[in-house]
Amino acid sequence: MQKTIRWVTMAVIFVVALAPILPQFVWSFSHRWLFPALLPTEWSTEPWDYVLSPTSRVGEGFANSLSIAVVVSLLSILVGLPAARALALHQFRGKVVIEWLLMVPIIVPGIVATMGIHQVFIRLHLTDSFIGVCLVHLIPCIPYMVLVMSSVFANYGTELEDTARTLGAGPLAVFRFVTLPGIFSGLLVATMFTFLISWGQYITTVLIGGGTIITLPMVLFPFISGTNYSNAAAISLIFVAPAILVLILTSRQLGRESAVMGGFGKL
Amino acid sequence: MTHVVLRDLTRRFGGVTAVDRLSLEINSGELVAFLGPSGCGKTTTLRMITGLLLPTSGDVLFDNKSMITVPTEKRGAVMVFQKHLLFPTMTVGQNVGFGLRMQGVEKREMQRRVDEMLELVKLPGFANRRAHELSGGQQQRVALARALVVRPKVLLLDEPLANLDANLRLEMRELIRNIQREMSITTVFVTHDQEEAVMLADRIALMFDGLLQQYAQPQDFYQRPTSARVAHFFRNDNLLAGIRRGAQVETALGTLEVDADRTQQPDGKVLVTVRPEDVRLMPNPDEGNCVEAKVLLQVYMGTHTQVQLDLAGHTWMVHSPAHFQAQVGQTITVQLPRSNIWLLPESAS
Repeated sequence: MQKTIRWVTMAVIFVVALAPILPQFVWSFSHRWLFPALLPTEWSTEPWDYVLSPTSRVGEGFANSLSIAVVVSLLSILVGLPAARALALHQFRGKVVIEWLLMVPIIVPGIVATMGIHQVFIRLHLTDSFIGVCLVHLIPCIPYMVLVMSSVFANYGTELEDTARTLGAGPLAVFRFVTLPGIFSGLLVATMFTFLISWGQYITTVLIGGGTIITLPMVLFPFISGTNYSNAAAISLIFVAPAILVLILTSRQLGRESAVMGGFGKL
Repeated sequence: MTHVVLRDLTRRFGGVTAVDRLSLEINSGELVAFLGPSGCGKTTTLRMITGLLLPTSGDVLFDNKSMITVPTEKRGAVMVFQKHLLFPTMTVGQNVGFGLRMQGVEKREMQRRVDEMLELVKLPGFANRRAHELSGGQQQRVALARALVVRPKVLLLDEPLANLDANLRLEMRELIRNIQREMSITTVFVTHDQEEAVMLADRIALMFDGLLQQYAQPQDFYQRPTSARVAHFFRNDNLLAGIRRGAQVETALGTLEVDADRTQQPDGKVLVTVRPEDVRLMPNPDEGNCVEAKVLLQVYMGTHTQVQLDLAGHTWMVHSPAHFQAQVGQTITVQLPRSNIWLLPESAS
């Protein structure tokens, strides 16, 4: 019975998540692929040659996207973890207001906030800079970090930490031996979220980066609006690769504890 | 072996006073129960002893040294909670050894003491198990071992038996009592179950609404409650209004003789009480204190019969021998034995 469920789950995951990538794969090797044909009539590795050449700026975009996403993830942890803990475990004045403020970036389109922030960043000389882009990416990322982690903290409670303290563990030892292992899998999921949100940012990067900071979506979008599907397909495959990689890596970690993510761990 | 003193301990949360000027002394090696309904401040007090919570005012002393400025991890007051017992990412052995690891105890010594402690809680050979593989009772015992292995100055147990089923609870009670005696660790445990407190504790601190009501040996809560509310908590609702004059109390049912040295109430308005098991339904005419009562209800309980009586408008509960027979509505003579009468202050409640 369990085996059947596992196979059905795998099948659904494949159809929903992986099947849409297959045509992209075919596109990226096609030279001529017109409507009635089931497969391209002419094959070519040209798109990949282009993508991997320096003129495409895919390499630069990839490096920028990756380093921005990593920095944003780290900053999100730095800011979001204490905030999540405070919101989950403490009662204080204005808590509801802060919870609402955290929801705002999810509700309000990023471009609205970014327009306003743009003005401020110009004055602070943060536009057209790597750190400026990282900071603006924090706006959509932090809410996810805080929301996921506050439920993790609320679920974990404080009893274990309190127990550890009475047993002679100082604050650092409590964090290292009790808190961190307890929240680790949740933190992994939250970091995965923030990484992918930053990875997929377009408008915010364009506005604040001002064309100086080239990320992968910025390289990709002109091809999508243009007509060269083959090049777009090749770039989009590179674009989606980290997402799948992150998913597989983290699900392997989570597979031990979480039944839902367990399916991915076997991939 | 630590002597604990709580001095005028007070804790307020916003406008609410959770613990109000609590003062009491716990002798070395004594087992004390903090008893009271939920929300009475007993757990708050426990947390203040550990330092996890700082008092608004007042002091906590271990062996006459103030602990207020000492952080939790240096106090040596180890707490065992009722939920979230074990560190889920560690094995049983790592759990038990946690405190020793924090002290930097050498590995082989740690191993030896962990094994010794698992032996003591009757879980030998469990060191490599994972926490989630254990039953609730076993987890409880591991948590206890983890606390005891560091030889705590004070052991604090927060409702340690609340999540266990009845049989396991009895077993754990015995285990806690035996180990506590053997190691003579000053121990405080919190409970809302008066039976548990009576069975385990050397002394009980009964709290209502953040106020200490009575701090005494278990039998005193039965024989010498300080108020009608305390008596009620120990399942005695037998009350009769009267006016005390020396060794006599005037009541609506006549004059009752009392042992003057057994009561601390001054002359004046008092409440007379006799515990349900001490009221005599078959009076001994030589001893006096016989009053008329109307039978309201009889419930056969197997080992005894519970009889509800009307004493001049007050409802009394009496435990009679199981074979006792009377008609409901019948008026009978009952005896309030002189040596069992206790007087309570006349209170608003």
